[in-house]
This record gives sequence, structure tokens and C-alpha cells, in this order.
Amino acid sequence: MALLELNNVHTYYGAIHALKGITIHVEEGEIVTLIGANGAGKSTTLNTICGILHPREGTIYLDGEPIHGLPPHEIVGRGVAQAPEGRRVFGRLNVVENLEMGAFARKDKDGIRRDMERVFALFPRLKERAKQLAGTLSGGEQQMLAIGRSLMANPRLLLLDEPSMGLAPILVEAIFETIRQINAQGTTILLVEQNALMALSVAHRGYVLETGTVVLHDTAAALRENELVRKAYLGIE
Amino acid sequence: MPAIHSETRFDWSQPVKTGLLGGVAALLLSLIGVIEASHARPVISGIISLGQALLLIVFVLTCVAAIRRAGYARQETSSRGRLLLCGGVAGLMVSVALAALVLIGNVVNLRAVFIKASPELYHLLTLGLDTGGVLALLMSGFLLGIVVGATYLLPARLRRAIAMALGAIPLLAVLYGAFFPGRRFTLPGALALFVVLSAGSYWGGDIRSLVKQRVASLPPAGQRVYKIALWALVALLVLLLPTTGSYPSQMLDLVGLYILMGLGLNIVVGFAGLLDLGYVAFFAIGAYTQAVLTSPEIRWLGEVRLTFWEALPFSVLMATLAGVILGIPVLRMRGDYLAIVTLGFGEIIRIVALSDWLKPYIGGSNGITRIPKPVIGGWELATPGRLYYLIIAGCLLAAVIAARLKHSRLGRAWMAIREDEDVAQAMGIDLVRTKLLAFATGAAFSGLSGAIFAAMITSIYPHSFHLLVSINTLGLIIVGGMGSIPGVILGSLALVGLPEILREFSEYRLLIYGVALVYMMLVRPEGLLPEARRKLELHEAEAAE
Repeated sequence: MALLELNNVHTYYGAIHALKGITIHVEEGEIVTLIGANGAGKSTTLNTICGILHPREGTIYLDGEPIHGLPPHEIVGRGVAQAPEGRRVFGRLNVVENLEMGAFARKDKDGIRRDMERVFALFPRLKERAKQLAGTLSGGEQQMLAIGRSLMANPRLLLLDEPSMGLAPILVEAIFETIRQINAQGTTILLVEQNALMALSVAHRGYVLETGTVVLHDTAAALRENELVRKAYLGIE
Repeated sequence: MPAIHSETRFDWSQPVKTGLLGGVAALLLSLIGVIEASHARPVISGIISLGQALLLIVFVLTCVAAIRRAGYARQETSSRGRLLLCGGVAGLMVSVALAALVLIGNVVNLRAVFIKASPELYHLLTLGLDTGGVLALLMSGFLLGIVVGATYLLPARLRRAIAMALGAIPLLAVLYGAFFPGRRFTLPGALALFVVLSAGSYWGGDIRSLVKQRVASLPPAGQRVYKIALWALVALLVLLLPTTGSYPSQMLDLVGLYILMGLGLNIVVGFAGLLDLGYVAFFAIGAYTQAVLTSPEIRWLGEVRLTFWEALPFSVLMATLAGVILGIPVLRMRGDYLAIVTLGFGEIIRIVALSDWLKPYIGGSNGITRIPKPVIGGWELATPGRLYYLIIAGCLLAAVIAARLKHSRLGRAWMAIREDEDVAQAMGIDLVRTKLLAFATGAAFSGLSGAIFAAMITSIYPHSFHLLVSINTLGLIIVGGMGSIPGVILGSLALVGLPEILREFSEYRLLIYGVALVYMMLVRPEGLLPEARRKLELHEAEAAE
């Protein structure tokens, strides 16, 4: 049984039909990426999974149980955490307080402390800046914090929305290396990315989205060789 | 940035410009009548009135601004002459503006436009010498500027101490007059006060650090005793305040009711970041519930007539319910949209209370009268001085609850919502529950305030629950410092207490509010007593620049 299953999901923004029947699945332990141009519906898919948006049609199953009608806080409680697009850390809270906020839904103090150590081990920079206000961190550090904060929920499924956005190439490399590490530690990851090259280099499988529908689905290696993907998303003739 | 000026030439344009700006301020104060209105209130009996003190303050601030802008404030003795000249010119310019008013006013009748441009004003401005006093006015402006300049030759610490003491005296005089009606400062008294205040301000830092040292060297038990003694002293002062008379007590009661409301609105706006402009609605609902349940005028509930204490829980409960009921439709709204909808809600409640539709139940425009006062064991809280203790108890309770909530799990959820609603949701915070709890708690405090208000004035009418109450409450939170509990108390004293004392300014109340709010936003956006976090944030942002 897949960890996450979306079947024929349709989501609307008012009258705008944003997702037109998305069907994807994510297996336990995988990194799956959604690639596509602006407006293809990648972030909408993530927001629909975490309950910020609700599908008008279709089903979403987590571990065989339907979650498509649940409010966001209950979905977080079931082990789905999101690092939202554009970082969006709590600027007026310091690093440690931001991380604590990520563990809001949990009550196991020992587990929270362990996960804080884990985040600091993944991102030693955050430990150096533990008492600094998040708003004064650099862009790369804020992205680390946003990912670290979502890890504090100790999720089974981590949703990452454009972690490379606005970062220098060297930082992008570092972030993706960490994503691989997080996955190696046992967290399943659904990754939305415009930087298709990077995304396909860490992911096991990928889906290509265009205007709200899945147009391609294959292993990451096969997608990297695919003619259409190479032309449209990797910029290789 | 201070202007760079050559060593040899005096830059005239700077002090002239600043001085004229100060002159415009002085003109404005004179023409709208503030100066004349406050002339009736003495600062030092027979020597100087509040109106004169206000003019002096304008003069002094103008000269200080001119000296600072020209960069003399940090110059060494080499430019002593230029420093004095700069102050003098700035002071002269203020005088020139006022002198022009007097001269023009004597030729043309300005009262057609400025009704406050009275002969009394001219008499006051010319130091009682009328037209002949124009020269005296110019001279004294110039000399005053030189004196202000001369203070810059003193050590900075001494100058600050003197400025502190001089600034505090008018404020203290006003407070003294308010709490002890009919009494006023005499010259020797004021001089003694000046010496004490400036000495206290001069050595204040030393004394404080000495005390801190001593206390720190005490054993823990001694430290606790010190802390308790300090708090006991504050408590004693607070409890003794209403013994000064009925009028000050009335003022303090009103301040207390606003503190209660401020603490509640602070939860909604300051903690959770939900801009609520219809906060008066819950105050009204608390007051009306109290009135309906306790007044003998209300017959439709049958012969049930509750006492103040029996009705109080219902009043708070009704307000809380109203908070939830308002909360549900606005759950999805943010920022300006929320502000507009809540604004509408506040007006709706007032208009419904005024309507004929509910007239049989809550009296319409006739309001509800004969609301009984609270009674504790046969002791009726009939006077403002007695009610004060009830209000203080309510404020204390609300402050403790607010402080505890702030650092609770719920408080952190509110803070997360204030910072970023979407992310808060993604962190697993239940938006619906968290927002409704903010509205409900805020409304409960306001309902409590309203219930006490009803019992205090014993008759309520729809027009008591005007939009302005919401605006005042929001204003005092902003001035005090968004999210800060001590800030609410200080803001309430400043924005509700002071205007009550300075009743001759009542027609300028909104003007002064406006000026105070604009000034605060420009100079001290974090408020008078900000939360540590807010201060840190602004401070770090400045450091980063």
C-alpha cells in the first residue's frame, strides 16, 4: 500500500479549475518530485494534500485512510508536514522558537528534544544562530530553518515546496544534499521544484505537471533521458 | 544628519528655517485656542500658567532642534558663540511668528476666520504689555534661545537632568491640581521640587545601580523581602489614590475600565493580530446584559431581578458568546477586511440598541436606568472611590489571565497566527479554535468592563457605546505598545486619564490623539512600554542598517 495516494483530484480556486484530475502515489521511503512550469499546479497539489485547499472531486489517502476532508491541523497530526514556498519563517521569533513552533502538534518532550538535536546536526549553521531572530537570517539559512521547522513535526511524509527558490547555486547543492540525508534517515519526501535538473538528481521517481494534469510519470533516471523533459525542463536540445 | 558647516561662517538658513517651523507650531497652538484655554490652569501659582508653559516648551524644543540639526550639540567650545547665536536665532524666529500674529491681529480682525484670535490671546502673547510688548516678545525669544544654547555648555548629564525636571514640573502640577482640587504649586515649592527632581535625575542611574548591587548582595530571602516590599509600596499607592477625592476617583475608574478593555483587545489585536474595530460591541453587550438583569425598570423577564454579582457572570458570558458569534463569519478574513467587518458589527450593535424594534426590551433611545450598584456584605460600592477597588480587582484579574495566556501554548499559537496564518496552519495549529478563543477571551474582558460600567453610571444609553470607544481602546494599545500588558496600563493613563484631567482641552482631544498617534508611529513605533521582543526586533533592524 502506498503511503500517499491521490486519485483523480480536482481542486478549484473559486471558479478557476487548478487541478484537473491528478493521480499520483508516493511509496514509503521514496523521494518523489513534481516538476513543471509556473502555474502547472505543483504548489496547489501540495496545499491540497495538507488540507489548506480541499479537492472538489477525487480522493487522497494517507496509509489507506482518507484525509481529503480533514482540516490542516489534523493532517499535520497524522504525520504530514510542509515547508512552504518562499521559506516564510516566523521573522520575529528566534531560531529555536521557530523550531519549537514546528513541533506545536506534539506533546512528547523527549522526542522534541531529540528532533531538535537532529535538525541541528543536519544544519550546524542553525545551531550557531540559535538565539537570532529568524527575520535577520540569510536566505539560505531561512530555507534551512523552514525545512528544519517542518522536520520538528517528526513527519512520515515531508512536503517541500521549491526549496531551491532564490538561493545561490552552491546553497542549492547543499540543500539538496541535506534532502537526500533526511530521506536516508527514513522520511518520505514529496518535492516540488522548478529546478528540474536538481530535483531529478535526488528523486527516485517524478511526475511532470502541465496546466493541472499529469503529462508524464516515470523513474527519475528515465525522465532525465526523456526527450520532452530534456527540451522543456532541462534546457537541453 | 547634522549639516556640515564651515568653521568660519555662521549658517543662518538652518536656525531660521527650524525657528520658523517652531513658529508655525506656536501659531497653530495659539490660533486653535490651546494656549488661551490652558492659560486658566496654573503651573506655579501666580507665576506661570500651563498655557505659558506650553509656549515655553515650543520655544525650548525649537531651539534644541535647531542646535541639534546644525550639529552644535556635539561641538566643543571652539564654536561657543555660534552655538548661542544658533539658539538665539531659532528662538527669535518663533517670536517673530507670534509677533507677526499680534501685529496683523491688531490691524485686521482675524476673528472672522480664527475665532480664537482674541485680544486676550494677544495680551498673553505680548507678556501682558499689548502692542508695546511685541519688542519684549522678540527680545525674550532671542534671550530664551541663548539660554537654551548655553545649557549645551553644561555637561550633558546635568543638562539632561535639568530638562527632565523642567519637563516634569508642568505634568506634576497638572496631576497635583487634579488629585488635590484647589491646590497648586507655589514658587518655593516648585523650586524645591525642581532641585529634588533634577538631583534625582542626575544621580538616578547611580542610585539605581547602587540599590541593585546592594540587593544582589543580599541573601535570597532578603531579596524576596525587598521585592515584596517594593510591590507592597506600589499596591499601597494604588489603593490610596481614590482617598484624594471623588473627582480623581471617577477619572481613575474610567481609566480602569479602559485598562480592562485594553487588556482584552490586546489579546485580539496584540497577541493574535486580528484587527478588531468593533470592540465596543462587547462592552455594550456586557453593559446591556447587566442592566436588563438588574434594573427594576425591566419587566419582561418577569419578577426575576438579580444583584450585581448574580448578573455579572451572565454579562461576561453573553459578551463571550457574542465574541464567538462575531468570530465565526470572520474566520476567513484578514487584515483590512476583518477591520471593516468588525467595524460594521460594532455599529450594528449600537444601532440595534437604539432601534424601536428592541425598545420594549432594552429601552431604545431612553436607555435603561436605575441599575443597582454592587453590594459586598451590606457595603454598597456607591461612590467612585469604592468602585475603584472593584475595578482594580477586575484589572488585576484580567492582567494575570492575559499574562498567563501570553506564555501558554495558546499564546504561542496566537503569536504564530499573527506572524503568518498559513504557516501557523501548516504547523498544526487549529485556526478556527485559536481565533475563536482570541475573540472570546477579548470579548469576555470587554463584557466585564461593560458590566461594571453599567453599574458605575447606573443608567446606560446607546450613545455611550460609540465607535470612538473602540478607537480609543485601540489607540491606547498602540501608544502603550502592541502586545505589552504594562503598555496597556500606561497607554490608558496617558490617553484616558490625562484628557479627563485636562478638561479644558476636551474640544482638542481628537486633535491631540491624532498628533500623539502620528508622533508615536514616526518616533517610537514600538510604543511607550513595548514587549521585549518588539524592542529587540526594531533594535536589530536598526543595527542591520
